[in-house]
Amino acid sequence: MINITEVFETNKMIEHENLDVRTITMGISLLDCASDSLDATCDAIRQKIIRYASRLVSVGDEISREFAIPIVNKRISITPISLVGAHCCNTPDDYVRIALTLDEVAHQIGVNFIGGYSAIVSKGMSRSDELLIRSIPQAMAQTQRICSSVNVGSTKTGINMDAVRLMGDIIKQTAHLTRQADSIGCAKLVVLCNAPDDNPFMAGAFHGVSEADTIINVGVSGPGVVKYALEQIPNANFEQLCETIKKTAFKITRVGQLVAQEASHRLGVPFGIIDLSLAPTPAIGDSVADILHCIGVEQAGAPGTTAALALLNDQVKKGGVMASSYVGGLSGAFIPVSEDQGMIAAVEAGALTIEKLEAMTCVCSVGLDMIAIPGTTPATTIAGIIADEAAIGMVNQKTTAVRIIPVEGKEVGDRVEFGGLLGYAPIMPVNTFDCQRFVDRTGRIPAPIHSFKN
Amino acid sequence: MTKAIITVVGRDTVGIIARVCTHLADSHINILDISQTIVQGYFNMMMIVDMSQCTNDFGTVSDELRLLGEEIGVQVKCQLEDIFDKMHRI
Repeated sequence: MINITEVFETNKMIEHENLDVRTITMGISLLDCASDSLDATCDAIRQKIIRYASRLVSVGDEISREFAIPIVNKRISITPISLVGAHCCNTPDDYVRIALTLDEVAHQIGVNFIGGYSAIVSKGMSRSDELLIRSIPQAMAQTQRICSSVNVGSTKTGINMDAVRLMGDIIKQTAHLTRQADSIGCAKLVVLCNAPDDNPFMAGAFHGVSEADTIINVGVSGPGVVKYALEQIPNANFEQLCETIKKTAFKITRVGQLVAQEASHRLGVPFGIIDLSLAPTPAIGDSVADILHCIGVEQAGAPGTTAALALLNDQVKKGGVMASSYVGGLSGAFIPVSEDQGMIAAVEAGALTIEKLEAMTCVCSVGLDMIAIPGTTPATTIAGIIADEAAIGMVNQKTTAVRIIPVEGKEVGDRVEFGGLLGYAPIMPVNTFDCQRFVDRTGRIPAPIHSFKN
Repeated sequence: MTKAIITVVGRDTVGIIARVCTHLADSHINILDISQTIVQGYFNMMMIVDMSQCTNDFGTVSDELRLLGEEIGVQVKCQLEDIFDKMHRI
């Protein structure tokens, strides 16, 4: 039987260490909504999402109340819209109409975000993919709750450099069109390599074509819990350190598994995966950088940071895998800058640079995330940064991503406020040497030799 | 059986257990186990209860207990047992 110490341990995690379930994300296939008519497609999308997800928020709140565990976000991921709109969209504006429909539905059913305004172009772009990509700046400017992602490469296909170059421009245009709000459109736009089909986290969530009609995926969190556990063992050796992280990750993930099963059961939608992620928030103490500090580096970015992060990421997975029946998504430590108080402090102290963050992305989940850079950064430089991250993902057979915000009108030394979970960020300097000649080459980078496993 | 865990935390005073237990009895909630300690003047109690005879829904019970706690000056929480079971048992 459960004892009093265990009960108070759990409640202390929730009340004082920011333990929460970060998101319940319902994946919905919209493939059966495609038609020749834009109006009919928009209607079918609206009806299908409302049919399956109208109870998502209330069920999430009910579970949250019964177990007294905060469930921060209720979200929806959908089939990449470039596929759904392929029949009926002939201009970027047609795609924007779908975005507006999705935004209306998101407001109507009360979800935080709908992710999947996306295109998968890792090898080549179809006409509809390109139309969707070209519609992203307007779609991001005219909606509040839509997240967009573009997958530009994979280990199996190589990197589509035409798409990378285009995304450099698209990010700049998005920044420009949302300049009144510190270019916030770019905070909802991510460029991926090896994007997973079942990721519940934004901005990269979409419901891949390999998925069932509907599915429940859950993203757990809990950097504060890991941090607290490590603070109790300041001088432990690596064995004790790793064991502590593993046990803590197990406990955190079990809560996610419980919430996922309950949500799946109550909504009558199959359970997909748990995403084992340490997802920080701007709240004090809920920080991956603080965990790195507990492990022993003065600031995130100091020598030793990459090794500490590698260790953390691996132990989180080892502890989490046993706690859940199905694991997927991104699964690992997230290192967004603006959403993590410790990362922000490290940047402000001069300890953390984009180059060091790039190294850190080799050993943890995702990539260069929520990084504000000067608005004057050229599109080709942004494309170069995307290509570098995609290359890390392609060669290491892992997901990488770039969610970078060239904030129009801001320079190094300024600071930008996004608000809420998106936090705030100091503008980080970018290497100013040019890469235009590299980026302007057309075509794609071939798949690496180790992708040929057949 | 619908098992829930009720926790009570706060400054110690006369009659905390009596008032919580009376409320549970009135709601047809059966107490299966009680553990209680005082740490530095703070009252910590955990009860395992069976709610299967309770006619109110879980949300109502939980809200009533929270309000009762506010009256007494302690924090009362009611949670389904599964969250603790899942976290602490393989």
